[in-house]
Amino acid sequence: MQLTLWTYEGPPHIGAMRVATGMTGLHYVLHAPQGDTYADLLFTMIERREKRPPVTYTTFQARDLGKDTAELFKTSCADAYERFKPQAMIVGASCTAELIQDDPGGLASTLGLPIPVIALELPAYQKKENWGASETFYRLVRALAKPGPKRAANTCNILGPSALGFRNRDDIVEIKRLLAALGVEVLVTAPMSASPSDIVKLPEAAFNISLYPEVSDVTARFLEKNFGQKFTTTIPIGVGATRKFLTEVASLAGLDASAFIAAEQGRLPWYSKSVDSTYLTGKRVFVFGDATHAMAAARMARDELAFDVVGMGTYSREFAKPMRELAAELGIEALITDDYLDVEAKVAELQPDLVLGTQMERHIAKRLGVPCAVISAPVHVQDFPARFSPHMGFEGANVIFDTWVHPLMMGLEEHLLHMFRDDFEFNEAAAPSHLGHQKQESAAPAMTSEITLSWLPEAEAELKKIPFFVRKKARRNTETYAANHGVNHITVETLYDAKAHFSK
Amino acid sequence: MNIIAKNIKAAGCETAPVLRERGQREVFCGLTSIVWLHRKIQDAFFLVVGSRTCAHLVQSAAGVMIFAEPRFATAIIDERDLAGLADIDDELDRVVNRLLERRPEIKMLFLVGSCPSEVIKLDLKRAASRLNREHLPNVRVLNYSGSGIETTFTQGEDACLASLAEDLPRTTAKANLLIAGALPDAVEDQFSRMFKDMGIDCSFLPGRRSNAMPAVGANTVFLMAQPFLGDTARILKEHGATALLAPFPFGAEGTTLWLKAAAHHFGVSDAVFEKVTAAPRQRAELALAKHRASLSGKSIFFFPDSQLELPLARFAARELNMQLVEVGTPYLHTQHMAQELALLPAGTMLSEGQDVDKQLDRCRAARPDITVCGLGLANPLEAEGLTTKWSIEFVFSPIHGYEQAGDLAGLFARPIARAERLSV
Ligand code: SF4
Repeated sequence: MQLTLWTYEGPPHIGAMRVATGMTGLHYVLHAPQGDTYADLLFTMIERREKRPPVTYTTFQARDLGKDTAELFKTSCADAYERFKPQAMIVGASCTAELIQDDPGGLASTLGLPIPVIALELPAYQKKENWGASETFYRLVRALAKPGPKRAANTCNILGPSALGFRNRDDIVEIKRLLAALGVEVLVTAPMSASPSDIVKLPEAAFNISLYPEVSDVTARFLEKNFGQKFTTTIPIGVGATRKFLTEVASLAGLDASAFIAAEQGRLPWYSKSVDSTYLTGKRVFVFGDATHAMAAARMARDELAFDVVGMGTYSREFAKPMRELAAELGIEALITDDYLDVEAKVAELQPDLVLGTQMERHIAKRLGVPCAVISAPVHVQDFPARFSPHMGFEGANVIFDTWVHPLMMGLEEHLLHMFRDDFEFNEAAAPSHLGHQKQESAAPAMTSEITLSWLPEAEAELKKIPFFVRKKARRNTETYAANHGVNHITVETLYDAKAHFSK
Repeated sequence: MNIIAKNIKAAGCETAPVLRERGQREVFCGLTSIVWLHRKIQDAFFLVVGSRTCAHLVQSAAGVMIFAEPRFATAIIDERDLAGLADIDDELDRVVNRLLERRPEIKMLFLVGSCPSEVIKLDLKRAASRLNREHLPNVRVLNYSGSGIETTFTQGEDACLASLAEDLPRTTAKANLLIAGALPDAVEDQFSRMFKDMGIDCSFLPGRRSNAMPAVGANTVFLMAQPFLGDTARILKEHGATALLAPFPFGAEGTTLWLKAAAHHFGVSDAVFEKVTAAPRQRAELALAKHRASLSGKSIFFFPDSQLELPLARFAARELNMQLVEVGTPYLHTQHMAQELALLPAGTMLSEGQDVDKQLDRCRAARPDITVCGLGLANPLEAEGLTTKWSIEFVFSPIHGYEQAGDLAGLFARPIARAERLSV
């Protein structure tokens, strides 16, 4: 039994949902109680997807236990097939259904559906989300991929992007742009945007690009072993890694990348060399995230921004080994943990100038007053930006430069604020110039009102109960209302009269 | 009292047929209520005994509300516990002891059961009494279930308050009023002030701190501020308290009828009642009038979620003039809802339970002006051109009472206004 305050990863069936939701023509029937339907909001709210995930939950209840949960599963499965007519289906159990041992795979096979039905075994009490995504993708490929005519040497598949993946949507666009410029053709991108019939064709490509090893590594190895497809091992995050990646791709495709690489590199190299960036040199950074993104960020921080990496770690235990190796190369020790309190303690101990992490580290950093940029899942809604913002490729490096430097400017400005903290107008109530003015909450009320108006203690106390972000407005409105109505002493009644007056 | 009588004559759908469905439900489980309950009881900690899914649900429902060290957490059951390699009772004690050591400010600990803990029959009641022997009087340990196989969303609050109600201090004091249901502090204060002005002493369940829980006895009468507190009501009655029946305090009318139920019981004169309520009621009516202009005649569809659907539908129909297309509710307690049912327009289409795909079909066919639904459904419906409002917001926002009536109407008005304004 483990005490958990916040988790970096959900249970493994969330990983399966990330695969299914990214794909088309696939449906997932999940034996699970009603509360587990919360998972839909991860996709519809956080990722802002316009469609519900293709998931049917059986939503069994206590009264079903021990009598007809198996029957319920079969009905749900048959109904889901009828309604959605998918090309293939995956079936499995959530943590609770695992305990009641209904065997979704066996039950589904008794229905004799005319499509492939793939049973998932995702042990909820041992494994987690990324493992679940990887396992689901692997099971799908194992069940569906068929040998076919080999295509030209310059055709590849892109493996790994999934729903809810950090910047996956834009990474794919950028990587495809680079591949096209290089003369490489992409046959299938999977799981995101692929259908089961696309999965069938995977073995036809000459080689694979394994872009997100947390999801794609197992599958890439399987395809290599069974269909002789080599795969890339460089993750194109940062200018250096992107060049290396393109060279690796070119050699797998029998092409020459040197002219293209010489011609294109994005703006990061020059931005890092310009005089303004001198103040970045030697900034102490702490890096945490999934192993792929954290390792790439650490390399980039050191080589492409001249930061000092003072700490790094990951919650992906499956990738602890390469993470430890890189940390050793940087002369530090890797933190391998999924307990966010450990991470917080480490950040507090190291007092870095910048934290590069997940949504959890954003909160840790906020609390400790350290600037932060997000580099890895799990993320929140603001990390699915409207604008094109890849993390990979040359454009990704441009985006990263801006993203990492932006909070640091604030850091510098805070420094100045500290110096001038007694200055009457340039003080801590003033927000950093490029980050809006949200901190000026304590602005004094209008001069006239100060002379004639007074707040009775009860009204003042009532005002404090109003959320801080609208309190200033409530105070202002009440005072305006009081002044206009000749009220000198503001009571609770006045407060609510004003609220009614200004409402809407 | 004549208001009630008049209204019951004017409308009513007590006998309307109810569509009962038993398909896929798209609702949260009772664990979700921890998100607001832990803000309400300021020295309480909620420890879910469950799986990684449970931890992930609470975290996802809490959204961006991430606190230094939140006053909720999950003791995640793992393979060793299930395989019997570790004694699960010892494991739980170990987790609790470590937690309480770290957090000396915690005075009340709820062990919250989940589907996995229920299915493996982990006895949290026994665990609570075992831990109480060790930790009382510093910390009181209570238990309830928020599992998805037994509870839906707001029922978690019912289960929690029922566990509190079990061992409330007893009182033999003369007539006293208890308000059941977690309300924002500002709303509680508004109600307290009005009752005080009518000469009625009232207390609230839950109290704001573990040592400020109300007392209950044979002279206690209680009003429910929320419609989902069936178990809590049952336990209060077992302790001798009497329930006052009233519509729920949403909108000017609902609030008046709700306050009046108490005023009537305590023998408050019509003149005093009028004096205390006239000004805020007028404010509420003024605020509602502004919204009624834009909402009148608009159609509304409620997916089943928080059990607030019936009272909200009654408010929308009667005070905002909206057209009810379908009013879904996870459960229909005809007894608790009798007063609300009586006020609903005759012939309102009610549905209980859910078969979400079929209900979506009905919603799409009806194309209501606004749909109240859960977070998982809202964006997909918006993408289909339907205007939505998340039902969870009705649970998180102050919407009870006169001063909030306008805000409550605003929750319906804003999405509609947005849909009308946007031209992209
Ligand atoms: S439905 Fe059950 S298993 Fe799922 S989160 Fe709720 S309590 Fe946990």
